[in-house]
Amino acid sequence: MANVPPDLRYTREHEWAKVDGDRARIGITAFAQEQLGDVVFVELPKVGTKVTAMKTFGVVESVKAVSDLFAPVTGEVVEVNALLPKKPELVNSDPYGQGWMLVIRMSSPKEVDGLMSAGDYEKLTAGAGH
Amino acid sequence: MTDATGSTPLKRTPLRDVHVKAGAKMVPFGGWDMPVQYTGIIDEHRTVRGAVGLFDISHMGEFEVRGPDALTAVQRLCTNDASTLAIGQVQYAALCYPEGGIVDDLTVYRLAPDHFMLVVNASNIEKDWAWVTSHSEGRAEWTNVSAETALLAVQGPKAEGLVARLADRDVTGIAYYHFARGAVAGVAGLISRTGYTGEDGFELYVPAGEAERLWQALLEAGHRDGIKPIGLGARDTLRLEMKYALYGNDIDQTTNPLEAGLGWVVKPAKGEFIGRAAIEALRARGVARRLVGFEMAERAVPRHGYRLLAGGAPVGAVTSGSFGPSVERSIGMGYVASPQTAVGTALTVEIRGALHAARVVKTPFHPSHTKKA
Repeated sequence: MANVPPDLRYTREHEWAKVDGDRARIGITAFAQEQLGDVVFVELPKVGTKVTAMKTFGVVESVKAVSDLFAPVTGEVVEVNALLPKKPELVNSDPYGQGWMLVIRMSSPKEVDGLMSAGDYEKLTAGAGH
Repeated sequence: MTDATGSTPLKRTPLRDVHVKAGAKMVPFGGWDMPVQYTGIIDEHRTVRGAVGLFDISHMGEFEVRGPDALTAVQRLCTNDASTLAIGQVQYAALCYPEGGIVDDLTVYRLAPDHFMLVVNASNIEKDWAWVTSHSEGRAEWTNVSAETALLAVQGPKAEGLVARLADRDVTGIAYYHFARGAVAGVAGLISRTGYTGEDGFELYVPAGEAERLWQALLEAGHRDGIKPIGLGARDTLRLEMKYALYGNDIDQTTNPLEAGLGWVVKPAKGEFIGRAAIEALRARGVARRLVGFEMAERAVPRHGYRLLAGGAPVGAVTSGSFGPSVERSIGMGYVASPQTAVGTALTVEIRGALHAARVVKTPFHPSHTKKA
């Protein structure tokens, strides 16, 4: 079973958010990277871009497929993982660590309450995929 | 996940349950339930380039034709000249429509003077069977042996040593695009020095009921070589780095062999075959577009159907594209209008509405290591 850290919040589209005050660090889950297979390219917005909860903010490409990335929360991009252009495989090897994608300054931190807990996300992915 | 092909049940190779048990990720491909990957596409790709990989390609179709007019039948159907084939030799060819479009690409095996085997793409078995049997004349008896034939490919620099250890005959002397009858791990069949990866190796045609025994024996004996089972995902990236065409992606009914770079398997001097007049006319006139290989300046991946532009004007479309694990960049193939096909030509690929820089490069993208004659 894929790893689901208890201290993160999740979307149905398999992104995670680690909330710290009005900031949320985001990426995709271990389950998502397993489903995608080898990640070879990640297209991310620049610092300063506004992102909207549950709207696409970028794409992740594996050898076989292109998948949209959905923002867990609304706000402004304040940091972008500069390692990913050269090492997209970090999304596979360390999805919750070095494979993070953005830090968003949330315009409405309350949105976090609408995200899934680790327990709910685990239920969502249990039995799915293989 | 749902099966995109709808209610038709997927066909299974004799090894389908073995793949599922081994934890392979299964996908529908051309109507078949096939493993797309085991450990990961890039890892499997590198295993084939660096050691040896084992593929189940039993979904491929095999037709046999025999009789006094078998050669005549093959000659009328195929673009290449099968009369030059010795017993034990293999030839790549195309089946064409009268208008020059491609029915399928295939390999032709000469089993005996009046006995051939045609190996066709899995997704085209029914179409090809109808085509060859309805365009065959004279004393030529056709048999579709696809269901009872399993096909395993052993590919990579360590393939020769591995197969040699398990075979009951010498295999090192089998030349590229040749085959011999023999047993591997006690399983009798055809040992063919062919493949779709750009590496040395063999394709083993054996009875379906023996496939699992051969599969397990190769994995066991190949353990010390670092053998791994390989899915269709890596099969695709391996063939793309060689610029081998894939039917349904790079070639189909709307493309002809000349623009696809397959002019070398069209032999009008041999006499009449289906599509000959149309292809001759095309050759005289010159083709309007060609299948080229290109590489991307950055990592974004070109994919089937994306537009290709040169100097801002549309010049064609991508037919295949991926990250190439051995060339370590994103590469693709596509049809490009003739003036823009020269190596070095700057192209752009439209990816999700943005233009990404690419240029036409020499192919294969990765050097071929197939057995030299």
